[in-house]
Amino acid sequence: MASPPLPWLKPAVLVGGLAPLGMMLLQGLQGTLGPNAVETVLNQTGLLCLVFLVLSLACTPLKLVLAWTWPVRVRKLLGLLAFAYGVLHFLTYAVADQGLALGAIFQDITERGFIAVGFVALVLMVPLAVTSTNASVRRMGFPAWQRLHRLAYVAAALGVVHFVWRVKKDATEPLIYGAVLAVLLGIRAVEAIRKRRRARAPHPA
Amino acid sequence: MSDKKAPEPPNSEVTPEPLYLRRREFIKNAGLFAGTAAVVGGGLYLLGMKRTRPMDAFVPDGGGLASLPRSRPGPSPYDTDEPRTPFEDVTTYNNFYEFGLDKSDPARNAHTLKTRPWTVTIDGEAHKPQTVDIEQLLSWFPLEERVYRMRCVEAWSMVIPWLGFPLGELLKRVEPTSRARYVAFTTLVDPEQMPGQKRQVLDWPYVEGLRLDEAMHPLTLMAVGLYGKALPNQNGAPLRLVVPWKYGFKGIKSIVRITLTEQEPPTTWNLSAPNEYGFYANVNPEVDHPRWSQATERRIGDLSRRATLPFNGYAEQVASLYAGMDLSKNY
Repeated sequence: MASPPLPWLKPAVLVGGLAPLGMMLLQGLQGTLGPNAVETVLNQTGLLCLVFLVLSLACTPLKLVLAWTWPVRVRKLLGLLAFAYGVLHFLTYAVADQGLALGAIFQDITERGFIAVGFVALVLMVPLAVTSTNASVRRMGFPAWQRLHRLAYVAAALGVVHFVWRVKKDATEPLIYGAVLAVLLGIRAVEAIRKRRRARAPHPA
Repeated sequence: MSDKKAPEPPNSEVTPEPLYLRRREFIKNAGLFAGTAAVVGGGLYLLGMKRTRPMDAFVPDGGGLASLPRSRPGPSPYDTDEPRTPFEDVTTYNNFYEFGLDKSDPARNAHTLKTRPWTVTIDGEAHKPQTVDIEQLLSWFPLEERVYRMRCVEAWSMVIPWLGFPLGELLKRVEPTSRARYVAFTTLVDPEQMPGQKRQVLDWPYVEGLRLDEAMHPLTLMAVGLYGKALPNQNGAPLRLVVPWKYGFKGIKSIVRITLTEQEPPTTWNLSAPNEYGFYANVNPEVDHPRWSQATERRIGDLSRRATLPFNGYAEQVASLYAGMDLSKNY
């Protein structure tokens, strides 16, 4: 059953989702981003990317478990917010942190697992952002589109690895995101098994 | 006047009923919009809060810290003339895991540390081992200012005007035996005063060490103050080590014990991750940390990075200590 239209939902998620960006811009102008402003922005944008990625992956499990249909309405928006913060995260690294020193960036991506993993996660999100329109779903056909968009799980898992790898000590915070992600994936796995069983079950004569 | 009714608005100005209902719905939707946006924005703020909370309130009041007499006037020959990192940044951006893992945690939490009374035990391979009160220890040496670069292993750096005395002077006082080859340092362990020690993120107490010739080098400082004032707790009060050519984690804070040893002493970060942190930990742009490059660093306050110098710019003074050593192995 389709949920009611909820015309306020998408604009609210968009505005709330972009609020941290507005806050960062404001703090940047005031010079209150802390002693290491670049690090603050890197940490914030990276975290927001992962949060939105996990939220976008929570939409279908919420429907399966709690029969909530409204999250699916904002799934695309959540995914695009994740991508936007991911791009900002990378641009902060490449432009502000590395000063667009392409040699150093290339070396970082190729030689350091920590950075490579984050970069691959972002690259995986590109085709998902590009095919996020309804027209793409029609053009590709739903099964193919759905298969492609399972990459979001891979991107989120790589994001967690990137986060764990970054911290010097105490990986509690990244592991919480990892645990949430595992639960979400578990719900999808259980559902997939059920579906297959149902399909295989003998039909009553 | 009073019994005169207000004129009824002409029919054209009366809101048609469907529009009136839509207005009700609009207000309801506007409320739901504002509420949801606030919940989403507020939730995100909470998740990232520890990274974005403003720090102004935690900058120690310079006036509240004791001024320390600088007995040896004038600049030290070892001073750098690079711009000094502001006091606010030096005192709110710290790695001091005894008070929490975030850079801003020590400034928030270190007020629980009691730095008086405080005693320091100096023992091991010494002819005159002793335990001294910090006040007495301070009276032994003239304090001098040293403006040093500080390079953290995390690839950021500061310029800090320390106040202190050479470690070598202290060691000479206890007369090392001929067997002494290393110096081991120990931080206070007291989870009540240092709440970060309630969690085993590192093996407490924090321990560090130097080779005796490194410890005796005139650059090696025991710091008791910065910017002319007593050390704020978050910077390692009342007594900390400063070895400017080594990564910051060698600069052990809130020291209670200094032991002269025959053998290389264990060091905390080396015990925690031996492939990432060595005993020597000399600043070296050629030897990368396994997870990031050490070729460049960000000076706190700058946006872009600058090249990291061998031995943090003190190669002329200290490179000879490591002649013939493979520094990529002895990192």
